[in-house]
Amino acid sequence: MKKLISLTLLLLLTATTFTQNAEPQMADTMRSDGKIYVVVLVLSVVFACLATYLVLIDRKLKKLEDSFSNKK
Amino acid sequence: MKNWWWKIVAIALVLYSITMGFMGNVPHLNILNETIRNLYFHVPLWFAMLVQMGVSWFFALRYLNGYNIKYDMLSSRAAYVGGMFALPGLITGSIWATYTWGKPWVAEDPKLQGVMAAMLVYFVYYLLRALIPDSQTKARISAVYNIFAFIMTFVFIMIYPRLAPSSLHPGNGGNPAFGKYDMDNDMRLVFYPACMGWILMSVWLLNVLNRMKKLQYNLDNDEKIN
Repeated sequence: MKKLISLTLLLLLTATTFTQNAEPQMADTMRSDGKIYVVVLVLSVVFACLATYLVLIDRKLKKLEDSFSNKK
Repeated sequence: MKNWWWKIVAIALVLYSITMGFMGNVPHLNILNETIRNLYFHVPLWFAMLVQMGVSWFFALRYLNGYNIKYDMLSSRAAYVGGMFALPGLITGSIWATYTWGKPWVAEDPKLQGVMAAMLVYFVYYLLRALIPDSQTKARISAVYNIFAFIMTFVFIMIYPRLAPSSLHPGNGGNPAFGKYDMDNDMRLVFYPACMGWILMSVWLLNVLNRMKKLQYNLDNDEKIN
């Protein structure tokens, strides 16, 4: 019985080494059909919002600068 | 609109890097797996930080040559923007390290040691500026300190990790630059625009912060600067 168990373990061990030699795990299928586009879209929206906010701040600041230099 | 084009370029480049950062091809590597894409988002933060600290250093020199307060504003704002980019750089690096190196802070890594030292250097800079009440004294002392701060930061982050015998960061531990290891040409097409985009974003932040500071100064003082 013990021999059998050690044999199975040994076989399992070789099996794991086989998987290690295989191609590293990548999310290739995820990109083809796993809706990764949604994540890209979400991140883009987040960034676009922050960028728009920066644009608005920039414009508001410009107005303040203009009104200041007119008053001078 | 004529002063806006580079801001639009900045947004476009970062949006491009977000899109292609997920969709583009990357080399299939063990341990790193898909996290190699972090290169597009983590590394440009540090480049933007280094550029801002360089700008800060440059204007510190300009300030010391004639003591014009407007260069002190630019210099200090750039140092603040640089710190603002270092913070997410550190957090994203820790997240990445947790899943690839096994823990968030690998103290043996020379790059991390260098970054730690550089952060302390700038922490002292921020403290100096916060603690000196008189604006002229503050400007002069922090400008002189800045000259050493940036050079030390450059040595700590860019030179020391390359002199060290080994590092977990690619391109360090005796090996020049990256490229040889993890990056292929597909990645370069995303990585360089990403760096450019984030650097331009940092310049934009500097621009806004500096104009705000200047406006405040002009409101508070009879002597106007432009």
